[in-house]
Amino acid sequence: MMLSDRRPILLANARIVDPSRGLDIVGDLLIAEGTIREAKKGIGAAGVPEGTDVIDCRGKLVAPGLIDMRAFIGEPGEASRETLASASQAAAAGGVTTIICQPDTSPAIDNPATVDFVLRRARDNAIVHVHPMAAITKGLEGKEMTEIGLLKAAGAVAFTDGAKSVINAQVMRRALTYAGDFDAMIVHHTEDPNLIGDGVMNEGEFAARLGLLGIPKAAETVMLERDIRLVALAGGRYHAASVTCADTLEVLRRAKDAGLNVTASASINHVTLNENDIGPYRTFLKLAPPLRAEDDRKALVEAIGTGLIDVVMSDHNPQDVETKRLPFAEAAPGAIGLETMLTAGLRLVHGGEVDLMTLLRAMSTRPAELLGLPGGTLRSGAPADVIVVDVELPWVLDPNELKSKCKNTPFDEARLTGRVVRTIVSGRTVYEYV
Amino acid sequence: MTIAPKPSFVLSRRHLLGIEGLSQQDISGLLDLSEEFVELNRQVEKKRTSLRGRTQINLFFEVSTRTQASFELAGKRLGADVMNMSTSSSSMRKGETLIDTAITLNAMHPDIIVVRHHASGAVELLARKIDCSVINAGDGSHEHPTQALLDALTIRRNKGHIDGLLVAICGDILHSRVARSNIILLNAMGARVRVVAPSTLLPPGIERFGVEVARDMREGLADADIVMMLRLQRERMNGSYVPSMSEYFHYYGLDEKKLAYAKPGAMVMHPGPMNRGVEIDSLVADGAQSLIREQVEMGVAVRMAVLEALSRNLPNA
Repeated sequence: MMLSDRRPILLANARIVDPSRGLDIVGDLLIAEGTIREAKKGIGAAGVPEGTDVIDCRGKLVAPGLIDMRAFIGEPGEASRETLASASQAAAAGGVTTIICQPDTSPAIDNPATVDFVLRRARDNAIVHVHPMAAITKGLEGKEMTEIGLLKAAGAVAFTDGAKSVINAQVMRRALTYAGDFDAMIVHHTEDPNLIGDGVMNEGEFAARLGLLGIPKAAETVMLERDIRLVALAGGRYHAASVTCADTLEVLRRAKDAGLNVTASASINHVTLNENDIGPYRTFLKLAPPLRAEDDRKALVEAIGTGLIDVVMSDHNPQDVETKRLPFAEAAPGAIGLETMLTAGLRLVHGGEVDLMTLLRAMSTRPAELLGLPGGTLRSGAPADVIVVDVELPWVLDPNELKSKCKNTPFDEARLTGRVVRTIVSGRTVYEYV
Repeated sequence: MTIAPKPSFVLSRRHLLGIEGLSQQDISGLLDLSEEFVELNRQVEKKRTSLRGRTQINLFFEVSTRTQASFELAGKRLGADVMNMSTSSSSMRKGETLIDTAITLNAMHPDIIVVRHHASGAVELLARKIDCSVINAGDGSHEHPTQALLDALTIRRNKGHIDGLLVAICGDILHSRVARSNIILLNAMGARVRVVAPSTLLPPGIERFGVEVARDMREGLADADIVMMLRLQRERMNGSYVPSMSEYFHYYGLDEKKLAYAKPGAMVMHPGPMNRGVEIDSLVADGAQSLIREQVEMGVAVRMAVLEALSRNLPNA
């Protein structure tokens, strides 16, 4: 794509929300040459460059494009689940302008050549930005540290073993210590596999009634408590990849109060759904970590409001029919989410549980800050990664219209309010809903 | 002597997937219908024609001797054509999925499919893909409705009623579909239910099932009218739940000494197959207070009643 392909764009008369500076105004946003020129009242009236594409956004929201901090894509190795191309189409339709893909691919993203492969594939095939996280340990085996320095230099934005936890505390300690020298962030899935055992959903009455073995909340808190102690010992930047319950929030609170460099994400699923949504063994709601109780969900939402939870991510995990149309205990965990994370999040806004600024901050500004990416803001000079959202538009989700290769959405046929109507990446419109 | 079943009772549902959702009237109706089949099964001429022309498939993904035999006999006595399919002979061994099996069988136009599967919820999943009636013959640790019905029939015939009785269900509650179905049924019929097990074999949240919970047999069996023992499901024990069979028998195995904690004349039940010397002592299993053999007899009658009741809803019935 040539810069000259991009005409200036004026998003006129919009409600402009920029969480990076607490801005919430009605005005215009001018984009030119791939960057944001400015956002204020009356740009259109004062005159815009010749050839500017003026788009009336009256009644619509203009915000920074979302940065999804946790999405599983099938490249390399599992392209039948999702390619960088299909994921990016889904992302664009959901207002996600930057995907942070996870290293649990086949082979794992655990060496600089694979990082390079992903970046090249994304450059050639994806319509949104893609940055990989690289593995903490080689082959995600939890034993030997990867080349953290070289991987970071190659473009890995953080280090994680994806949906696997590093069981060996010594390995984790060394990774934290070593990563600290490179200011590299360790992102960790905090679930103790031994405490998970054969569990397949949240432990408690509901699991007992379904005759399913439960996963205790302690599987999460035990691992996080350990990690926090290790961060205290080793220093470094640590991010809990997907927290799910109220008990965990206490642990996080203590870590943050102690001044440790600890942050956390929650998935859109865990902040909008609970274990009861599983109903009669709906495998699309089988997730890892599992959906918890309504009290936990409420606590997570509150923690987004206070900033205790920094980031809300999609935890996008495409699974096809063969891995989902099975008895609950045998089905693979995971749900797609790139395309629905914002619209699902708007449920919280419409329900008065979270304000719009806070939601957008958790989905754009905070991930940009944590990963050192230039997006997540509408400041002058920032990359023109911008979304236009019709916050009040009612619609029903038809899985056949989803752009993802797999249709395992927990919002199957859900009534939703609000959707992305335009997604702009580097100043170019990559998605438009008409 | 001819015994004509009362045609009045109708179970207003297509499938029997669990006890959950059945009303007290549904349960009583099924038990009353079962009584008629108990009488019939004691005759020389045991054959009925109410399922004549109907095809019943027994689809067992998990080995079973008594349940499968019981359903087979029940179907045949009602005149159905009964076909048995089990994992050892089916395509499931060749990697065919549950759903594919369901779709294949559905194309053969059966009227009733009886399913047992090792995973909770599998029977419900299958029922969604199938046009005929589905009976759950046990799914994972979830439900085993005909077992609970036959237990209830056994209790009612021996005690005259179910309401007000104290039933102690003892042993591996965590993995037991029999326990879940029984707890729901006995509660619906007004019995008091107490579960007795080591804490590792109790599902977290059990106290919210409307049961009393006890961790030792002396306390657990006190005042019990019925002592229902469960099989220790060693094949589901992935991980250490109890340290050894001998320690388990020492604390939870039902022998004459522990049975004496219950009400005098308390009846002993077990869904089978029994691990003699693990959860139950042979002297008790074969003793005067045991209803275990009667449970097997009731099993055939109850399954006939369920087949009969569901068949009344079939098209062209």
